[in-house]
Amino acid sequence: MSRVVSATFRDSLSVSLTVGAYGVAFGAAAVANGFSVIQSCFLSLLTFSGASQFAVVGVIGAGGTSISAITTASLLGLRNALYGVIMAPRLQVHGIKRAIAAHITIDESTGVALGQEVRGADQMRKGFWYTGIGVFIFWNLFTLAGALGAQAMGDIRAFGLDSAVPAAFLGLVWPRLKKNSDRALAVGCALFAIAMTPILPAGLPIIATAFIAIAVGLRK
Amino acid sequence: MNAYWIATIGTSVIAFLLKYSGHSVPEKWLSHPRIQRVNTLIPIALLSALVAVQSFSEKSALMIDQRLVGLSVAMLALMLKAPFPVVVLSAALSSAAVYNWL
Repeated sequence: MSRVVSATFRDSLSVSLTVGAYGVAFGAAAVANGFSVIQSCFLSLLTFSGASQFAVVGVIGAGGTSISAITTASLLGLRNALYGVIMAPRLQVHGIKRAIAAHITIDESTGVALGQEVRGADQMRKGFWYTGIGVFIFWNLFTLAGALGAQAMGDIRAFGLDSAVPAAFLGLVWPRLKKNSDRALAVGCALFAIAMTPILPAGLPIIATAFIAIAVGLRK
Repeated sequence: MNAYWIATIGTSVIAFLLKYSGHSVPEKWLSHPRIQRVNTLIPIALLSALVAVQSFSEKSALMIDQRLVGLSVAMLALMLKAPFPVVVLSAALSSAAVYNWL
């Protein structure tokens, strides 16, 4: 029994540490885009969903309105709702525990939980909680470190932070490009967003690509 | 309250409502294959658009600068299957080198 528990725990811990470390990139990106250290930490504590957080600071940094930023981030956060649908019947929690479970429902906690399927339902639950709580702790600590570091830098371009943000987005989208049709969609949306940038108000070229995705997904 | 705070709080509230709603609706509502497909495609579209806009624009003007180098290095790192921190760090270092010394 203890051997099995430790295997799940080990999976969770390694994911928590590696993913949590990305928090440095987020904290730095947030400050580089004009957010304060406190706001950066608020985003990691309360939004707690990497892609959505990067999107908020990215859209605002590109000159978008707060509405565009919130919309883009929320469209990215839709997938967490679907993870919740997958996890709820397996967790069977209510009240405050359900609220906590919901808050830590992200790519990693859901991924590790599903990865424990062969070890049984109990280990799936443990994987979810260990990873969700572990990522939460490390993500927030590293966010603070990154934000403070970036704040101390001054001209962020001299440290390459202006490139760290698009590189982070690229790193987030890369593993999702499994099929040629995914790659075609990615390139098409990138070109569309660039073409629309001089024409549409900032933020809208990004949001508009979600509708391309919806049209493609419903048509097939 | 400025745009930064509105974005911070608005995003957080909606992010939680989305997560909580997933835990509260019947499974069959969101398990339709088309919904699942749209769910995998939306992040691809938005993240790709964000890569492009963050790399090649300054406010509403298009431009090519040191970020192109950073993005190219990041792409190379990903092709070599580098882990995420290496991808971000190599992009930052190469971009900083171009900005400072070219």
